[in-house]
Amino acid sequence: MTAAPAPTPIITVDGLAKHFPVRGGTFLNRTTGAVRAVDDVNLTIAPGETLGLVGESGCGKSTVGRLILRLIEPTAGRILFEGTDIAGLAQRELLAVRRSMQIVFQDPYSSLNPRMMVEDIILEPLYIQGARKGPETRRQAQKLLETVGLPRSAIARYPHEFSGGQRQRIGIARAIAPQPKFIVCDEAVSALDVSIQAQIVNLLQDLQQEFGLSYLFIAHDLAVVKHISDRVAVMYLGKVVEIAPKRTLYATPRHPYTQALLASIPAPHPRLRRQRARLTGELPSALAPPPGCRFNTRCPHAQDRCRSEVPELRTLAEGHQAACHFIDQIPAPAPLGGSPRNGTAP
Amino acid sequence: MAAPLLSVRNLRTVFGTGGGGIVAVDDVSFDVAPREVVGIVGESGSGKSVTALSIMGLLPQPQGRIAAGAILFEGRDLLQMPPRERRALRGGAMGMVFQEPMTSLNPVFTIGDQIVETIRQHERMGTRAARARAVDMLGRVGIAAPARRLDDYPHQLSGGMRQRVMIAMALACSPRLLLADEPTTALDVTIQAQLLDLLRDLQAEFGMAIVLITHNMGVIAEFADRVLVMYAGRMAEEAPVGRIFDAPKHPYTIGLLASTPDIVEDNVRLRTIPGTLPNLADLPPGCRFAPRCTRAIEACGAGQPPMRDFAADHRAACIRADMDAAP
Repeated sequence: MTAAPAPTPIITVDGLAKHFPVRGGTFLNRTTGAVRAVDDVNLTIAPGETLGLVGESGCGKSTVGRLILRLIEPTAGRILFEGTDIAGLAQRELLAVRRSMQIVFQDPYSSLNPRMMVEDIILEPLYIQGARKGPETRRQAQKLLETVGLPRSAIARYPHEFSGGQRQRIGIARAIAPQPKFIVCDEAVSALDVSIQAQIVNLLQDLQQEFGLSYLFIAHDLAVVKHISDRVAVMYLGKVVEIAPKRTLYATPRHPYTQALLASIPAPHPRLRRQRARLTGELPSALAPPPGCRFNTRCPHAQDRCRSEVPELRTLAEGHQAACHFIDQIPAPAPLGGSPRNGTAP
Repeated sequence: MAAPLLSVRNLRTVFGTGGGGIVAVDDVSFDVAPREVVGIVGESGSGKSVTALSIMGLLPQPQGRIAAGAILFEGRDLLQMPPRERRALRGGAMGMVFQEPMTSLNPVFTIGDQIVETIRQHERMGTRAARARAVDMLGRVGIAAPARRLDDYPHQLSGGMRQRVMIAMALACSPRLLLADEPTTALDVTIQAQLLDLLRDLQAEFGMAIVLITHNMGVIAEFADRVLVMYAGRMAEEAPVGRIFDAPKHPYTIGLLASTPDIVEDNVRLRTIPGTLPNLADLPPGCRFAPRCTRAIEACGAGQPPMRDFAADHRAACIRADMDAAP
């Protein structure tokens, strides 16, 4: 399952940054600062691979997804799709690449136009690419619906006639319509009920098998990310702090933030209730991130150097990188499944 | 069990009027003992939040009404109580924390004003003493420099801080029962963990009972003593938390646990519950889970399955659940 970096990656992100200007002054007409939403991010995604991207609100994970698709323009950095830099492409050239890169959004209620019939919703990417509506595209729409587990008759219905899980299937049908190679799943299962979420996760995995898709799976639910991903990257305040094959990351997290994040997951069984080291404090503002390591204000191991010098990602083992000055001195955390808390488990 | 603090009996809550009303909660009965933590878990439309709103007397008016049943708090039926007495209990002996702290705090008053108002609503106390109590409460829920924070407006606080303020407000009058409806759902996982720890510490300190409503089996595993599983407005299963995880009886509970990705074990494929959640306006006859249940037989469509006893404290509403064999 570990990704071999040997073939050309489907996606390579190199030094990616996005700074959103902040307006101030009486008429909000002056730029008074910048939110450094994404800062110097490097990632690769291999063909057929799922890269999980996790982090808390405001860490920049969704912005990374949108930058890769160029739904928003990067401040700096390169985005290679199968080796071609798309960061500088003009809109016309971008259209051809867009066919191969799609997105599934979080909210199946707001991401489908309520006034369009399902047929037109899922074929819209093809219309944009120049397809003409007709019996041929209708058959295509019916086939797409079957692929995602909806009846063919759904083409003539409107989004409000469907439940949340069914709407997410429609969103997925739209994403696979132009036969893409790469899909950004931006919190694609987060809004769904547990029993429906499992259906959609399985559907995404089936489609990946069938069409050889690569996914960037952005989510805050660490259990879902572990289930679906091959490798996982952890972001904190705009930076990737750790990246590793999923088993490595969940079994031996090395960055103090990754360790804290995993320790925050509720126990999967009452027998595993335990006292854990909690992160204290809250996320600092992305407007004024702390100098040095951005995690230093909440890190139990922080020292003077962490407050002045930005740590670089260092390779710890094959495919495992973390950005921490004192990575070799961070003790290993208790295993996720281990050490029940004394006497309180029922 | 000691005399229950809260006893819900055959609760039926209906939305809308006339024959076309939607039954959001149907024949729900459970007890909460003093100092006990009862978790109510379910998906959208299960009736878990409406159950909480029914207990608190906060159903949206005029659409929502309690059509049948009794809700006994310390032996007295809340539904027969004059509105004045019920108001006195609400925010006093019965506190509540909601999911969205931004919508439950008033944006135009400082958090100090709001906590002081709550305290003085329930206790004869001067403004100065109430402010002192508010500062004390904010400190106990882990807010740094509480005296200074008192004059902040809700928008000046983060989501996690606002939820701490909500908890401080709910606990300011030493409730004997705290209803918490998805108190950590809108929060990031590190903040969620902090708040669950805080609630556990406060429960030990104040000794109140908690009814915790959530869709998250992990939160249940972390926090509940006893669990109520709801589906489409009815109770599916009720048991101590260990038995819910080790020996679930209802096929829905079993399916819900199997659908949850496991953070410890590696599983290749998630087991799912087929189909979609039912529409409360168009429910199947008989067992509401039957259309999605792999074990359903014809008899399941005949009538509502009654709650059956499987062990002390363990009940499930399924005619197919095996009495002895493990699932």
